This record gives sequence, structure tokens and C-alpha cells, in this order.
Amino acid sequence: MSTDAILSFEEAMEKYDPVLGFEVHVELNTKTKMFSSAPNVFGDEPNTNVNEVDLGMPGVLPVVNKAAVESSIKIGLALNCKIAESCRFARKNYFYPDTPKNFQTSQYDEPIAYDGYLDIELEDGTVFRVEIERAHMEEDAGKLTHMGGATGRIQGADYSLVDYNRSGVPLVEIVTKPIEGAGSRAPELAKAYVAAVREIVKNLGVSDARMERGNVRCDANVSLRPHGRERFGIRSETKNVNSLRAVEHAVRYEIQRHAAVLESGEPVIQETRHWHEDTRTTTSGRAKSDADDYRYFPEPDLVPVLASREWVEELRATLPEPPAARRKRLQADWGYSDLEFRDVVNAGVMDSIEETIAAGASASVARKWWMGEIVGRAKTADVDPSDLGVTPQTIVELHKLVESGKINNKMASQVLDGVLAGEGAPAEIVEKRGLAVVSDDGPLLEAIDAALAAQPDVAEKIRGGKLQAIGAIVGGVMKATRGQADAGRVRELILEKLGVEG
Amino acid sequence: MTELNNSELIRLSAAQLAVKLAAREVTSVEVTQAYLDRIADVDGQVNAFLHVNAEEALAVAAEVDAIRAAGGAEAEELHELAGVPIAVKDLIVTIGQPTTAGSKILEGWHSPYDATVIKKLRAAKMPILGKTNLDEFAMGSSTEHSAYGPTRNPWDLDRIPGGSGGGSAAAVAAFEAPLALGTDTGGSIRQPGAVTGTVGMKPTYGAVSRYGAIAMASSLDQIGPVSRTVLDSALLQEVIGGHDPFDSTSLTDPFDTLVAAAKTGNVKGMKIGIVKELHGEGYQAGVENRFNESLELLKEAGAEIVEVSCPNFKYALGAYYLIMPSEVSSNLAKFDGVRYGLRVLPKDGPMTIERVMGATRAAGFGDEVKRRIILGTYALSAGYYDAYYGSAQKVRTLIQRDFDAAFAQADVLISPTAPTTAFRLGEKLDDPLAMYLNDVATIPANMAGIPGLSLPGGLADEDGLPVGIQLLAPAREDARLYRVGAVLESLLEEKWGGPLLAQAPELKNAALGTASNSAGGSN
Repeated sequence: MSTDAILSFEEAMEKYDPVLGFEVHVELNTKTKMFSSAPNVFGDEPNTNVNEVDLGMPGVLPVVNKAAVESSIKIGLALNCKIAESCRFARKNYFYPDTPKNFQTSQYDEPIAYDGYLDIELEDGTVFRVEIERAHMEEDAGKLTHMGGATGRIQGADYSLVDYNRSGVPLVEIVTKPIEGAGSRAPELAKAYVAAVREIVKNLGVSDARMERGNVRCDANVSLRPHGRERFGIRSETKNVNSLRAVEHAVRYEIQRHAAVLESGEPVIQETRHWHEDTRTTTSGRAKSDADDYRYFPEPDLVPVLASREWVEELRATLPEPPAARRKRLQADWGYSDLEFRDVVNAGVMDSIEETIAAGASASVARKWWMGEIVGRAKTADVDPSDLGVTPQTIVELHKLVESGKINNKMASQVLDGVLAGEGAPAEIVEKRGLAVVSDDGPLLEAIDAALAAQPDVAEKIRGGKLQAIGAIVGGVMKATRGQADAGRVRELILEKLGVEG
Repeated sequence: MTELNNSELIRLSAAQLAVKLAAREVTSVEVTQAYLDRIADVDGQVNAFLHVNAEEALAVAAEVDAIRAAGGAEAEELHELAGVPIAVKDLIVTIGQPTTAGSKILEGWHSPYDATVIKKLRAAKMPILGKTNLDEFAMGSSTEHSAYGPTRNPWDLDRIPGGSGGGSAAAVAAFEAPLALGTDTGGSIRQPGAVTGTVGMKPTYGAVSRYGAIAMASSLDQIGPVSRTVLDSALLQEVIGGHDPFDSTSLTDPFDTLVAAAKTGNVKGMKIGIVKELHGEGYQAGVENRFNESLELLKEAGAEIVEVSCPNFKYALGAYYLIMPSEVSSNLAKFDGVRYGLRVLPKDGPMTIERVMGATRAAGFGDEVKRRIILGTYALSAGYYDAYYGSAQKVRTLIQRDFDAAFAQADVLISPTAPTTAFRLGEKLDDPLAMYLNDVATIPANMAGIPGLSLPGGLADEDGLPVGIQLLAPAREDARLYRVGAVLESLLEEKWGGPLLAQAPELKNAALGTASNSAGGSN
């Protein structure tokens, strides 16, 4: 594997202006395939979810899956596209064993959705509009496994196995127009764009949107041109970049590689590139030219797909709130700062917080519990926070126990552990574990006296009005009572004792 | 049970057989066995069948007989054609029998599923006698392009039975089956019908499901009936027709008045249009004479004969030979040795998938198939698409407009089905263009998606061979063809004193009587 020369990103940016373009393939989660009644299920035994249509048997004909058309229209609408009243499928002819008919049934000159856009919010809040050229329907190919070679690639393999379970799975391919003007933020924008598409299709419920399973796959086009030049440079297309991080890295790498090629005075070769996660580099795939001849022609076995305006409007009415708009609304409703909200989103607990608030908690309480207690535990358990087993009701109950003074925060954390250990509801656990705040002031006063005596200089400061020093005394009391005291009450008693207004 | 001998039994029409079966004057096992015996006797000479399905056919026949014998509701519900045997062109996939498409590339292949029309035949309990010969993947007009040897015309064993459905037509003409299924992409049902003295119907595109018919050119292919009488084709089309959710191009219209139309019995006041461009120059004199005779008979029966012009038909053959091969090049791409059928490994050199596919296709396809794949691949290529495929589609629209204009002046159109009678085996094998010209009168109907019926019009004076008369109607008006066809048939039979096939020479129950024509082998 040859190693390409690269320029530093900064140097590349000084000299060149990147232009991006993305083709994102989204596998739809319809019950059956795009053109056959075989189940659309991931992960089953090879060649079990196939029928004569998926195997390209002689005599078979395709039938368009209406649910897939519906999902495609929804995607188109969510991408602010126009929906074609009538569109056709075409045949893309090429010989390859993962394509059982040796042509792929796809849309060519008549996509179902076209001329849309997506506003992408970058981390610092900058909004970047990405224009969508088209979103079209097609079928997925089967999966080839190359056996016996060292690389797992077809070159050098002894033989190859084909699994047609994926053959015919409905796909929507979303193609952007050339994305100009991203400058040094191109890698970040790339990641944010793919993340946004993934979020949209997940939110629509039309795809499982799991990148690790190939539900969302990205081909990233990159070209560079000297600053000030309008004409695009020659592009490379990095295929199947299948994680958000990889999208960012691949775009960054290609920018650096292109810059090095251009610096050397050589022309960039128009080709596909393979992304390697281990080395975070790309290698040359097959040369691709615009003259690649797939001999497209209208699929004669299918009639045009008609999308009446009534149907489109019906579907539009069923669309869920767009994720970006929803986030904006929730942040405003909850009164979180930008930083707080971003942390919530990044931790993946926005939905959980929304549910917890709906169950009766305040926005700050919900955030305190999810961000302060649950996210950490989920990380340790290596699960999504929402899968840890904490219900909004549990949090509401825990909070009530704290608010009523029955337990303090430290105890509440222990109760939460009890809930997760399956010991029962919070109140039960308080009972069983004998957790209750010491509410008799007698023992507390003794402990306070002892603490004040132990730190006379601190007591003096408090008397002098430096109330922030009180923590040291409270800490001493809590230590003495092994955390069983109500810190709030301890504070009150200390101030009382010292005759200071709180 | 029956008083008819086998020779008489096999000469009955399907409609007559249906009546006798329903009346229990004859059993389906007797009928089916009579046909199987006939196949055993004469098919060595005709070579209409690639596979004979005796066991299953007899089992279905016995089932029908048992139901009829038991009587009751189940017997009442039997389809009119239950127990009437049928032959199936080997382009249509069947469970339990091989399907070869006449090609080496599918030799020995068994379909895991039934075509929709086969499901319908099974539902009607019609015993399937076997699979009939055809030009490889239905590409040809003589059945000489079959990888399994040519079929011979029962009228003259040195002559071709037409194509691509020569097997189905010859089987019906030789009394090896009362009915058969064919497929018609540019005339493959009608032209064999014409040259064998049988009836062949290409229904409206979409009237019969194509699911399970191995595609040649998807936008032109249509399954249809082959029979000895017009009524029999109507009966069969009602069995196999109707909407099929597995074929997106299938029509939702009901086609249930076909049999009634065939029984209407008059053409008084109907306007019948002669297409100026579909007779005259290039048509054999004997063909022209029989054609004119049919016009006279229709006129006498009260039809009004008008002349119409379809000026764009002169481009039809050229456009057809761009659209058809374009679709062929894509439809036949699946035959690559990867999943089923023949797999040939390259003799030497690296064993790559491309080379295995190449070796398989080189060995598995015959010359005519390769010719069309190459033609179509070229026509669809970037830079040529607009000039070839694009222009051909425009011609298609012009042909449709010609038909629209013609049908504004006439209820049905009439022409000879083919320009000549059956030619000799080998005569046109090395001249593809001459071969293609056989379909000059049948292709326009496929290009426009309209129905076309061919029925026997008599024998040509110069060679005593059958001439076919073609009737054309607007899309979805298949019934009109059966109406006019049945009237013309009865007028002609009155003139002949019986069916035309009664004049066919008796086939010897022996080894090939005529000299074998080695040029007839597949190439």
C-alpha cells in the first residue's frame, strides 16, 4: 500500500479552497424489499431473506414497494425538496456478482425528490446551508466476502461468497450540490452534514440509521481549487466512509492529499478512494471518469411512480418536528445555557430529560440527575443512558424524597444504585437500607460544637461575615455523622449558633 | 368410454373437448393419453417438444376425471377447460419441468417458481403436456435458432414452422396439443400461426401477466394463446388473462367478454381497414390472393372495407431492431453462470469473475442472441443513446399515432400476417436481414401495445402452404378481434368445407420421411 504525500491542513487551507459533495445512501427499514416481497432484515443467515426476484431468476419482474416510496417522499420533504409528481426507474447496467440481474434498478434522470437544502448548525452555532441536488430511490446490492486472500479484497482472493440478503433492500441516495465556501471548516461540516442526515432519517422513523450496520453510508467527494478561482478542481470520491468521525477524518485527509498533489504540479486523478480507519488514510480505488458507461435506460418492467399532491401533503402533515427545530425549542423551554444544552445533546439524554420533565420534574432537576448521576453510570456500564434502566418516575420520586428532607443528595445517589440493582422503588430502598437524614438536632448540635472547636479560625471568619467559609464546618459535621445529616439543616444550625444571618 | 378413436379425438377443438369432458363422454386421461401418444408418434419428425410432461399431465387429468366422477359442488366449480391439455412454450417457467428458453445456457435448469400463467393453468386444472421448442430466448422467425435443433412445419417437414414460437404452433398444427401458450415480441405467436395454419393471438400489452415469461424485450413481450380455432384462443385468453400484482405493467381491465365476442357471429356495419403499407410490394402473390379473398368474404358478410395509411410503419422494423436488442442486452445480462444455469471456466489464464462470465456467455449463447446483445449494448452506449434508442422511442410514438388515426377510420385493421409462406429450413439462416423482414407486418402491433390475431386464410396457390390473415384492434379491444376473427374463420371454413388443417398432409407414424436438412441445425 503506497503512502501518499500530504500537506499540513493549515498549509493546504492557506493555498486552496475545498469544494465538497456527498452521496449519502440510506437503507430504509421497510418490512420488505424495494421490488420484492422478501423480508428486509439485517443479520440473518446468508441467502435466507431472498426470493426469485432478489436472485434475478429468469422471468421475474419487479414491483415497487409503496412503503419505500412513502419513506422516500418523507425524506425528500424533510430535506426541503420538491417531490416529482411522476418519476421513473432506470436500469444501471454493469456486470458484478453482487448485482444478481447485472443491472441495478435505480432512478437516473427522474429522481423522486430534487432541489432541496439542509441548514447545518456547526458546534459554535454557525449555520451553513447545504443544497440538495436530489434524493432518489434504488436497490441495494448483495454483499461479497472475498475468501483466502490476505487483504479481504477481491484481488488475491481464492474465491468469493455472495450473500443476497441485502440485494434489493430499499435505498434512498441523497446527493448534494457542490458545497463551496466551507473553507477550513470543511471537515467539521462534512461530519455535521452526515450527522444531520442520519438524525433526520432516524427521526422520520424510515431507517434504523445505524452507520455501523451500513444503514447510512457516505461517499465523500473532495476537490481543491486555488483561492479565487471559480472552476472546480478534479475530485476524488472516497467510498463508504461509515462513521461520523471517519467522514471528518477522510475529508481532512483528502484535502491534505490533494494539496500535496497540486503542490507537486501533478494533476489530481479522478478516482474512487478507499478509506482505512486504522491508518486514517485513503488509497486509490478504481479510476472513475464521467464517461463511465452504465447504459442507463428507462426500466421497461415498471410503470412511472406517481405522487399526487394530495398524497404528498398528507405525508407532509405526518412529518415529525425537524430535529434542529426541536432542539431550539427545548433549549428555550428549559432555559439551559448553550454549553449545558450541548452537553445534554452530546450525552444523548435530551429525550430522557424531556420525558423526565413531562413526568413532573423541573428542567434543572432533570438535568442534574441525568447529567450528574446517570450518564456516568451508563458510561461505566457501556450502555446508552436511556438503556440503563432509570425511568423518569424514579427520578421524580428520588427528587421528592430529597426535597422533603427525608434523604440528602448523597443518600439519593445510593438509592439510585439500589434501584439499578433491582432492590425496588426508591422509598422501599430508603427503608431497607436504613437511609434517613438525622433530623434530631441534639446529636447535630454536639457535632457542630465539636467541629467549631476543631476549627476556631474558621468559626471566626464566619462570625466576621465570610459565609463561604461555612463549608468547612458543614463538611466536618457531615463527616462526623457519616453523611446522615441534612446538610441544609446543619448550615442553619451553625449560623444560629454563631449568631450570623444566613 | 368414448366412441371416438384417438385420431378423431386429437382433432377436436378445445371447445369441443370441453363439451365432451363436461358431458363425461370422454375422460381427460383418455384425451391426455391420446395427445401423449400422438407426441410419441410424430414428434420425432416435428421436434415441437423439448420436454414431455407425461406423468404430471396424466395425474392432473386423473384428478379432473375423479372430480367429475364424484360430481357435486367441486365438479360444478371446475373450469370449462378443466382436463383439456395444453403445451407451453419453453420460455415460460414451470415448477417440475425444465425451462431452457431454447438455450444451452439454461440447459437442465428447473425454475423454483411458476409463471403466473402457469398458476392459472394449474388452477383451471389443464394438464400441461410439456414444453415447446423456440428460437433461443425467442429470437428468430424460424425456430432454427433453438440450441436443441429446429422444429419442422407439419405441412412440409423441410420448411420452417415460423418463430420464435414454432414449437407451440407446430404442436397444435400437428395435433400434438389442442392448445398452447406462446409469447409474442415482434410476431412470435402470429407468424408461426400464419405459416402453420393455426390461430395465434397477441393480446393487448398488459392483458396477460408476463411474470415468469423469460424476458426478451420487456416493453414488447406478451404471452398469448395458440390454437386451432378462434374460439379456442378466446377461451384460453380468459384463463390466462387478468391483472397480476406481480407484473406492474399488467392492466386492471377485465377481459371477460372474449368468448362471447367469438360467438357474436356477425360483422355487419363494422369498418375494416386495409393498411396500405402492410400488403402489396414485397408480399408473395399467393399471400396477396388469399388476403383479397378474405376481404371479399368480409364485405359479403356486411363489413365495410376502407383503406387507411400508416406512413410511419416503414420505420417500424428499424426502430424495433433498436428497442428490442437494447432491452435484450440488459435482460440477458443475468445469465452469467454465477447463480444458475451453465458455468464455463476459461480454458487458461487467470480465473477472474469477468472471465468466467465471459466464457459462460460465449459458450452458452448462440449467434443470434449474441448479435442482438451486441446491437443493443451499442445502441444504449453513451453518445449513441439519443441517436438510436431515443430516436427509436420517437418512432414508437409515431407508430402509435398512425394507429390512432387508423382506428379513427376503422374498427379493426386487416393485413397478411407474414409476407410469405413458410420458407425452407436454412434458406434465411445466413441472412439475418431477410429473416427480420418476416415480422414486418406483425411488429407494429408490439410497438404500439395493441392486440393482434392471426388466423388461417387458406393456402397459397403457388406452393399450397398456409397463409395467415392478421387482424388488429385498438388497445384493450381484444374482443373485437375475436368477433371479426370468428366470423372470417367460419366464412372461410364454409368455403373450404372444413378446417384448413384437415388439408394438411398426414404425418407418417415413422422415422423422418423427408431428407433431413442439416442446414437447419442451430448455429
